Amino acid sequence: MTATTPRPTFEQSGPRLPVVESIRVDRVHPRARIAGSVRATLAIILSLISLIPVFWIVLTAFKTPTDVTAIPPKLIFEPSLTGFVSLLSDMRLLSQAEQEERSQQPDLSWVDQIALQIGRAINGPSQYARQLGNSVIIAGTSTLLSVVLGLLSAYAFSRFNIPAKGDLLFFILSTRMLPPVVVTIPIFLMYRSIGLHDTHFGLIMLYTVFNLSFSVWLLKGFIDEIPREYEEAALVDGYTRLQTFFRIVIPQARTGIAATTVFCLIFAWNEYAFALMLTTQNARTAPPSIPSILGSGGIEWNTIAAGALLFLIPVVIVTFALRQHLLRGVTFGAVRK
Amino acid sequence: MATITLQQVEKKFGSAYAVQPMDLTIQDGEFVVLLGPSGCGKTTTLRMISGLEAVTSGKILLNGRDVTWLHPSERDIAFVFQFFALYPHLTARENVAFPLQAQSVPRDEVTKRVNEVLKLLQIEHLANSRPAALSGGDQQRIALARALVRRPSAFLMDEPLGALDAEFRETMRAEIKRLHLSINATTVYVTHDQVEAMAMSDRIVVMSAAVVQQVGTPAEVYYDPANLFVARFIGSPGMNLLKGRYSEGVVSFGGSKRLPVPAAWRAAVDQVTQGGGELIVGFRPEAASVRADGELEATVYASDLHGGFSMLHLDLGHENPIVHVRASRQEIYPIDALVRFSLDPNMVRFFDPRTEKALQPVAEVAL
Repeated sequence: MTATTPRPTFEQSGPRLPVVESIRVDRVHPRARIAGSVRATLAIILSLISLIPVFWIVLTAFKTPTDVTAIPPKLIFEPSLTGFVSLLSDMRLLSQAEQEERSQQPDLSWVDQIALQIGRAINGPSQYARQLGNSVIIAGTSTLLSVVLGLLSAYAFSRFNIPAKGDLLFFILSTRMLPPVVVTIPIFLMYRSIGLHDTHFGLIMLYTVFNLSFSVWLLKGFIDEIPREYEEAALVDGYTRLQTFFRIVIPQARTGIAATTVFCLIFAWNEYAFALMLTTQNARTAPPSIPSILGSGGIEWNTIAAGALLFLIPVVIVTFALRQHLLRGVTFGAVRK
Repeated sequence: MATITLQQVEKKFGSAYAVQPMDLTIQDGEFVVLLGPSGCGKTTTLRMISGLEAVTSGKILLNGRDVTWLHPSERDIAFVFQFFALYPHLTARENVAFPLQAQSVPRDEVTKRVNEVLKLLQIEHLANSRPAALSGGDQQRIALARALVRRPSAFLMDEPLGALDAEFRETMRAEIKRLHLSINATTVYVTHDQVEAMAMSDRIVVMSAAVVQQVGTPAEVYYDPANLFVARFIGSPGMNLLKGRYSEGVVSFGGSKRLPVPAAWRAAVDQVTQGGGELIVGFRPEAASVRADGELEATVYASDLHGGFSMLHLDLGHENPIVHVRASRQEIYPIDALVRFSLDPNMVRFFDPRTEKALQPVAEVAL
């Protein structure tokens, strides 16, 4: 039984507060304008506050060990590359005599000179340089794989009549429904017994699988937004499905591809728990290594900061390169229509 | 140039018909309009001809060649979409050149043909703009250019004017008509706007509820609708339809309102009503003339000026629907005034209320 409910009056259903904001730019209530600038100021202050740790990492990375521990903290100091040199090289402590002997040598490279300033000599490149390389290989490859595979399956899910489409999509998403850390031990055991432990391939595969569910869903949203007519027009114009995919779909899904790339890269680049469990030497990535750069004579904060800074740079570069697509992408898929 | 033949073509989604089995032959160079309210299957039919939608059963022939299961790209037809479907990442020129690139036409040939088409449609000045920067009319011109450039054997257009403003619509309608006359290409055009259909087509295919209701020239569809749906749907307002009782050569609409059945129709009417019974009489507004000695009497319900003429809305009483009648624009008809009108016997049509089909005059047979 559905009794006919009387239609609500304007007082009941209409806005309770006067509307002070308008989407029309030419008519903005003064109160709204003040609120707008207050909001902008707050946003700027907040973003500055959130940038303080990054700012501090940059400062620390360029300090000498003595400047790092100076109290009160130094904001103005003579920048030094000590942190980076000790990060990227394997060093040994020199005795007083050795130090003096080395300082006499005229053909010391600038790296050796920096090492000498903290009383050390360089043996060779450190593990960290190699681990950073591993991170680039593993995160890069898995991101590429997740985006390419994700794009193909997202297109299929978006355009074709696949049996049990909803169930499949749910199944794909369900791989994200428990915290990955929960499965580290079983995966560790499996990887060890099938020989994937401490291999690049093992981590690439793992990260790709984790990212795929995300990239399929995200990209499907973007591809759903592209009207089918574009493809249909191309089909009628004499192109095959595959040609249409490359010439029509991909250019229009650029925004989505860029956003997905950045998100996948950030995940694979920052992943810590699995990298710690599943690698030891050969395939160890940068994140689990940073805490182990503690140094022999006390915590070398400048070295750790240099490690963190170097670690940030690749993701910042990629995000910066894709930022135009990304800024549109973040709101695009969700809001349009 | 091509003929298009549909043989028992049907489309089902699940168990529901989108298009019931239909036969249709479109002659070379003909402009055929598929007309009907939304959801009647006209767009599905067009998409089946293009190959974008697979048929459930039946055959589609293009120039006698069976293309039923060919990929859209292999059918040599062009499609113009309601929302233009111009590739937003390409300029107008690149959009127009796009179909030629699929055929790997040499580059200078592409340039030449694109220029030709742009010139034909007088849109050369738009060549380097992106679609987003253009008005709806210009976007549709570029979409037309893209369809033309390949010199396909047939054009399929899916409500190409539907997304345009009213003022553009008239202009583009004339442009498409002119274009058709100058290149004389077989065209199938889908619309729900019957004015557009009347104005442009050689033949109209009226569809409703997945069924073809009538195929005929605009005049046939207008003057001799095959059934009540077509009678109501075509024309604005549609045909006046009055339900009456027939007996002995006269239809009565209640009270003293009677209309003698013209001689040519007597036999058919007698046969359908078996000498007496319910009958639907239809006439266009212009079939009626208001005059003092008219055989039907009515009161003025409302009247409005349509520029060249006045449209009178007349109440016949006795629960008859309001009828619409054309009258001189010089006369003034006050509301509730009593008027009389008569009907042109050549323009009155009769429908069987049970089958809703139009009756055929048997005068020719009798002659």
